[in-house]
Amino acid sequence: MKAMSVASGKGRFGAYGGRYVPETLVPALDQLEREFDAAWASAEFHAEFEAILSEFVGRPTPLTEARRLSAETGLHVVIKREDLNHTGAHKINNAVGQCLLARRMGKRRIIAETGAGQHGVATATVCALFGLRCEVYMGEEDCARQQLNVFRMKLLGAKVIPVSSGTRTLKDALNEAMRDWVTNVADTHYVIGTAAGPHPYPAMVREFQSVIGKEARAQYVQRYGRLPEIGLACVGGGSNAIGFYAGFLADPEVRLIGIEAGGHGLSSGQHAAPLTAGSPGVLHGSYSYLMQDEHGQVLPTHSVSAGLDYPGVGAEHSYLKDTGRVEYRAVDDSDALAAFRRLAELEGIIPAFESAHAFAPLFEAAYLPLGSRVLVNLSGRGDKDMESAVQLLEL
Amino acid sequence: METMGRIAERFAALASRNEKALVPFVLAGDPSLEDLPGILDALAVAGADVIEVGIPFSDPIADGPTIQAADQRALDRGVTPTMVLDTLARWGRSEGPPIVLMGYLNPILRMGLDEFAARAAASGCSGTIVSDLTPEESGEWREASRRAGLDTIFLAAPTSTDERLDIVCQSSTGFVYAISRTGVTGAAQAAPPEVTDLVRRIKARTDRVVCVGFGISRPEQVAMVCQAADGAVVGSWLVDRLASDWNGGAGRGRLIDDVRKLKAATRG
Repeated sequence: MKAMSVASGKGRFGAYGGRYVPETLVPALDQLEREFDAAWASAEFHAEFEAILSEFVGRPTPLTEARRLSAETGLHVVIKREDLNHTGAHKINNAVGQCLLARRMGKRRIIAETGAGQHGVATATVCALFGLRCEVYMGEEDCARQQLNVFRMKLLGAKVIPVSSGTRTLKDALNEAMRDWVTNVADTHYVIGTAAGPHPYPAMVREFQSVIGKEARAQYVQRYGRLPEIGLACVGGGSNAIGFYAGFLADPEVRLIGIEAGGHGLSSGQHAAPLTAGSPGVLHGSYSYLMQDEHGQVLPTHSVSAGLDYPGVGAEHSYLKDTGRVEYRAVDDSDALAAFRRLAELEGIIPAFESAHAFAPLFEAAYLPLGSRVLVNLSGRGDKDMESAVQLLEL
Repeated sequence: METMGRIAERFAALASRNEKALVPFVLAGDPSLEDLPGILDALAVAGADVIEVGIPFSDPIADGPTIQAADQRALDRGVTPTMVLDTLARWGRSEGPPIVLMGYLNPILRMGLDEFAARAAASGCSGTIVSDLTPEESGEWREASRRAGLDTIFLAAPTSTDERLDIVCQSSTGFVYAISRTGVTGAAQAAPPEVTDLVRRIKARTDRVVCVGFGISRPEQVAMVCQAADGAVVGSWLVDRLASDWNGGAGRGRLIDDVRKLKAATRG
């Protein structure tokens, strides 16, 4: 297929990104872009954003040297602890940023989509903090497998709207949230939870999440007097990864790796690995790698982790794949679950199923050179996955 | 000045009779694709002036529940863009109402912009509406369409600023599609008053033909819209109707009767 060339030049990462949306949304995206650009250039906004990250979210999150894991794998493993953020994942960095923008724009109603529920919980939390109305779209299947997060959102005062269309997972929650936004755009801001979607979302979410990489780099250099050799992160839509990479993209000596959800294996077709096994196309407002059939219909996905169970990926990842700056690789459900278990046993850290994907390559013989200094971004904690873990690991 | 396309010819003919256009929308493949030629014939007999034929897509974010469900049923039947174009080519009525394809960008992109445009034109289609393609992102698609002789119809929304209306009008050929309300497709109780405002805003800036869609299902709504606009699009109501009462053509007579009433409302 012939790739689209840079049509508007707006919000592009190479050929990827852009803004493919119904006309009704364009003025709102223009407004959001202006508001973000103004805010991001303002010291006052940064001060407010950073104050909330520090006093409410609990940043900076620590680096933890994983000594037993290092001994077992023959690597030097250090973990960036995004699981220790308030609400248990990196998602809240972006939720704080976007809700601040919504407040500046005078939009009092917030909508969000969520897969694993972490973004929904983060958004509901910030809405409670700011006194904003919050409605969260969540696929029916995800509501069932991440029930704890549904309860948390309700307790935080948000309305959770189960989505029964399509595959009843994250993709369909995004569709419904987009439809809501098209209908209620005058008073509503849509807090997209990942670095995907139409411009300005991919760049804006990357900026809000870049605190992860900037902190991690400074902390690593301060502690070890050097940079890590390898940086690992899981990639669904890719917001934790893009924020983490943001600290290291300018350091060519740091090898960056993104781990997608291999589901039942790439050959089974039941996975959620568009960068590893998909092709470029347009979904949810941008041009990026996508799981699609030969007719351009979006394919159903599978992953044990609801947060990675998505057929698309942020546009900047597509660009970083094509340029070769980041290597992308898929890890099957079973290897992710094994890593989930080993991290708990060896380090006393229960990761989210999503984040466990980023650890699986550490156990893969001969993939990473022995003795490598590896920094892994642990994007979220695994409390939400306990029920699934009990069944899958027969605990 | 380029030669007048079939859509423009049709609107010119209507204007000379002091009539507005009835533009029904059907989703190809619901009911089955084999039913499509018979449905198009029935709509033509009933007085449809232009017919929009929807190409099913897995993630129709601009559509409400009715058309979403129809998309899903069509995809479950295995309908592909190629099959839709082949069916239209076999139908091939060069004298009937012009056909406008309506869909989303990804299936077009997947086939290839030039390939899709050429095949659509070869199938007798006169233009396209791509719900998630804005004028700013459409440069290559407009080029491909121009080469193939297809009109490109863009949407104007109540939220569009005047500057955007200029861009939409400049990029549109055939007609401009004015969205009646901020929202997704689907029948509504009443056509909202802001429709007229939007059409007036467009008319004040351009001499383009303007059709209004979203939420229009009854003759009185068609009549109301046609006071300001050049035509009315009736979509979800018809999609619902075909799903429940086409019955392999058994519902043809009733459909023609009802669509005739909609058409009558365009004659003010």
